[in-house]
Amino acid sequence: MFAPFMAHAWIVATLVALVAGAVGFFVVARRAAFAAHALPLGAFPGAAAAGLLGVNPLLGLTLFAALGVIAITQLQRGERREVASALWLALSLAVGTLLLSLSGQYAQGLYGLLFGEVLGISARQVLGVAILSALALGLLALFARPLLLDSLSGELAAAALGRARRLEWVFLLVLALSTVMALPVVGALLVFSLMVGPASAARALTDRPWRALGGSVVLALLVVWSAIALAYLTDWPVGFFVGLLSGACYVLGRLRGPGAAVQTA
Amino acid sequence: MSQAAAALTVAGACVTLGGRPVLREVNFSLTAGEFCGLIGSNGSGKTTLLRAILGFVPLDQGRIELGGQGTLPGGIGYVPQKIELDPGLPLRARDVVALGLDGARLGPALPSRSRAERVEQMLAAVGASEFADRRVGLLSGGQQQRVLVAHALVRRPRLLLLDEPLANLDVRSTAEIVALLRRLSRQSGTAVLLSAHDMNPLLGAMDRVVYLASGAAVAGKADEVVRTEVLSSLYGYHVDVVRVHGRVVVVAAEAREESHAAVERDPVHTAPVP
Repeated sequence: MFAPFMAHAWIVATLVALVAGAVGFFVVARRAAFAAHALPLGAFPGAAAAGLLGVNPLLGLTLFAALGVIAITQLQRGERREVASALWLALSLAVGTLLLSLSGQYAQGLYGLLFGEVLGISARQVLGVAILSALALGLLALFARPLLLDSLSGELAAAALGRARRLEWVFLLVLALSTVMALPVVGALLVFSLMVGPASAARALTDRPWRALGGSVVLALLVVWSAIALAYLTDWPVGFFVGLLSGACYVLGRLRGPGAAVQTA
Repeated sequence: MSQAAAALTVAGACVTLGGRPVLREVNFSLTAGEFCGLIGSNGSGKTTLLRAILGFVPLDQGRIELGGQGTLPGGIGYVPQKIELDPGLPLRARDVVALGLDGARLGPALPSRSRAERVEQMLAAVGASEFADRRVGLLSGGQQQRVLVAHALVRRPRLLLLDEPLANLDVRSTAEIVALLRRLSRQSGTAVLLSAHDMNPLLGAMDRVVYLASGAAVAGKADEVVRTEVLSSLYGYHVDVVRVHGRVVVVAAEAREESHAAVERDPVHTAPVP
């Protein structure tokens, strides 16, 4: 499994885990798990559109992820975030259905986009993922403290920063970036699990915010590495193991740790 | 009063929200170190006034000035109304105070001794040292309120705004928080504006009171404002200010259609014997 043709898979999966673990900390802190589900799944029709037009799927993904950010932030003015996310999800899936029927065939690539495909990643794709990772992690490092303050209380963040709405933009932008990079690897249906599982386990293990963020990254790395190894050994889909192990993280986090008692009470 | 450094001046402030006047010509000012109660029933405009001071709500007319001219060094400390602190959030009390110090800064938080010391001092000042390392969402209401006060004060603002900080606190925590705020405002020269629907816990502590009813306000010393003729004129109908067992109750003379929680028809509810 450490053969040369697997090198790209390991590199990309590591980058995806780094970003998903870090972004996931804020996803869980901001109670935005549903947005983290709606953005990648809502971006998936972008890939279908790209397939129809014969352009790079990443382009379609980026466009639809960006549209998702705009739709969710704009709809959020009148609605709660979960309503905004649901509306966006329904709308984009409707468009996706149309695009798929227009393309006339259920392309093999689409299966990979839904459930992930780590094998056969090209050097160019690795570079693309690396650039998007650097962007996402850079933005997170820059806005880490304001985002944490805003997770504690939007009112407190607004008092300290003036308007806090821009923070939601930053957050969704980072989420969209990580979506676009992670989607071809772990798939639209499972990006969300990699963000939520390790992060919610990590925050049950420590009371310190930056340790919880680090723990989330470490757990995400363990999940992804184990998933690739298991997929290689069993020839089962990587996405299956990512989802399974992330879910296991979440359950373990709920069972033990400081926050567990209260959440189950 | 014009000699003392003004921390806050509100002059002729009018706010309309959704076509409804919420604040009408509110006038008052606070000087450094003053402790002022903002008293009124639910819906009287207390929160809107605090939000207008914070700049969240635009004024239709009038002006709000901080520190006499321009903005204050250290800005405004703010404790919002009933925030629910998520018990799942991995944040210790000391992290919340640290976020008050530099939560608005960009870039990763680097460990700094002076920063840690400042946080430690602030935790001690509000009596939160013993639970500084506990997860903030798991603390009691009174403990959380102390942590939020420390969060608001750690940058040494000249003005501290608190929106109903005593709601949902038990009698003992209420008295402790009031005494704490009174002491901190005296020590640091921070002017405190605290909103409450019940003025009784504040009676011994307030230097001034701003009494709001339907968006109109009277301000002054508590014994000048909390009087039958002054409040009757503010409400626009007769109310009686009654003192029972060292507590003040404002009672409407007759049953009225509109509800004013600060005006109790049944004084028993506002004067429970502790």
